[in-house]
Amino acid sequence: MPFGSIAAGERPCRECVDDASRLSNNSSMSIAAIEIENLSKEYPHGFLHLKKKRSLENLTMEVQPGEVFGLLGPNGAGKSTTIKLLMRLIFPTSGTARILGKSIEDVSMHQQVGYLPEQPYFYDYLTVAELLDYFARFHGWKAADRQERVERMLKKVGLETARKIQLRKYSKGMLQRAALAQAILHDPQVVVLDEPMSGLDPLGRREVRDIILELKKEGRTVLFSTHILSDAEMLCDRVGVIVGGRLRGVGAPGEMVGIQAHGMEILFELDGAGKTFALLGKATKTGERYRVQLPEAELYCALDQLKAAGARILSVAQLKPTLEEFFMNLVDADRAQASAIEVSGQ
Amino acid sequence: MRNIWAVASNTFREAVRDRVLYNLVFFALLMMGAAILVGQISMGIEESVIVSLGLTAISAIGILIAIFIGVGLVSKEMEKRTLYALLAKPVERWQFVLGKYGGLVMTLALNTAAMAVGLYLALWMVKHPLEKSDGYVLVAVYLILLKLALIVALAMLFSCFTTPFLAILFTGAIYIAGVFAEDLRTMRAVDIAPSTMKLLRGVSYVLPNFENFNVMATVAHGRGVPATLVWQDTFYAALYAAIVLAAAAMVFSRRNLK
Repeated sequence: MPFGSIAAGERPCRECVDDASRLSNNSSMSIAAIEIENLSKEYPHGFLHLKKKRSLENLTMEVQPGEVFGLLGPNGAGKSTTIKLLMRLIFPTSGTARILGKSIEDVSMHQQVGYLPEQPYFYDYLTVAELLDYFARFHGWKAADRQERVERMLKKVGLETARKIQLRKYSKGMLQRAALAQAILHDPQVVVLDEPMSGLDPLGRREVRDIILELKKEGRTVLFSTHILSDAEMLCDRVGVIVGGRLRGVGAPGEMVGIQAHGMEILFELDGAGKTFALLGKATKTGERYRVQLPEAELYCALDQLKAAGARILSVAQLKPTLEEFFMNLVDADRAQASAIEVSGQ
Repeated sequence: MRNIWAVASNTFREAVRDRVLYNLVFFALLMMGAAILVGQISMGIEESVIVSLGLTAISAIGILIAIFIGVGLVSKEMEKRTLYALLAKPVERWQFVLGKYGGLVMTLALNTAAMAVGLYLALWMVKHPLEKSDGYVLVAVYLILLKLALIVALAMLFSCFTTPFLAILFTGAIYIAGVFAEDLRTMRAVDIAPSTMKLLRGVSYVLPNFENFNVMATVAHGRGVPATLVWQDTFYAALYAAIVLAAAAMVFSRRNLK
């Protein structure tokens, strides 16, 4: 099986994940920033809590120091569960995880980790400066240090002018910026962001993207979950796709979709009208241009036909599915598998 | 200790900004009205009526705050998810529980102290100058505060593992049962089986004995409170609250935040 591809329904093996890490990072010898091993989470449900619902199944993956890693998946896939497990907001049914070599059970790990919760909500009776000062107190800094950091963060996230407004009067975008500020207030080595672009307008999303890129430039490790694939393609060194609580693929966005390249596309123009040849029947016309998609093996034959017909070739490109198509294929496969199990169960 | 203090001071700030102390206005009006009314209708028992009424109001208002805000201390943070960012800081969950508890006890202490000042003002309105025996009112107020501290601990324990509604219900039920714990212990009934009596007596020892903290009648009649009782009550409340808070911290330390 090629790198990065984990077929729907199969569990990713440790070796696949390690291969992925090695291929996409030159720093394979260094300690992983985040190591997750066989992490599973089940929730009891039903009237007497006797039934179990599995939200995450044997998740094993690594995030290397300095990389931006995107956790992709549809709603309810297990992205937030993974992040909450890492932050010890919920506890695993089995498995372990380490951040910067420290077990997640060790609370001192949080000295080097910043976290932005999904749809953040803070004490709305506080101003942003008071909120940041409150969180800063848990790091043991003196009042002057706290004030200096708070000022720096407010400037970084663009909330200096709103510093005296109570958080209850903040817009969604402003709250998200306040949340980012508290996540990076202590200059953490690892920043974990749960759906950081969720609910933001294009401007807000761009600001968050810029902050993530800045964190990367500063050498920090960023793990973030999203279901907005364009954000992942734009920002991530690597992505992991989680569907139905299972990790279905890990790799660089380009590599993940690249392995599924399926054919060629030719864009051409014809000078004279009324010309007919076999290829033209397969082409779609947009304005004066024709577009035809065909298997790679038929490329040279098609080019010969176009040359003979006197066509002007504008471009020849390899056809690759987008990350979205790759993602949707996994989701569809998962749904098909789930309904097959349901039918066989019935 | 630093973390506990940070959470406690923020909890206190929250209570102040959420206008919890507004109840003092109600108390002040009640005391002023009572002082004026009592001056007109009672003959020679003004002091006793004012002290009884004042201490009862301090206790009742305090119990309402202790139960309703005590239950909300943890559950509101979980419901609103304000806890998520906090627990991702280098802070232990038990430190959070103790900090929240400390913050509300601080609020109740301020509230109770302010109400005690109001009570003394009302007393001063019906008779002045105040006498040395009026100082016993402060002892009664202190014992009420101990009782409230115990109720907050119970409210927090219940809110760590059940819904706010049930936590209010359980805390209220334990309070009422605790008020009658002494009666349960000394109860003599011929038509109850001896084994049931033993069970009830056992339960009465486990329940917090809130009647221990009630010296209102004694103080209202100008009689002093034995120092031994004050020390015993202080020790009892501290030990009981410590056990309840330890249980709350244990439960909360393993609680999944969805």
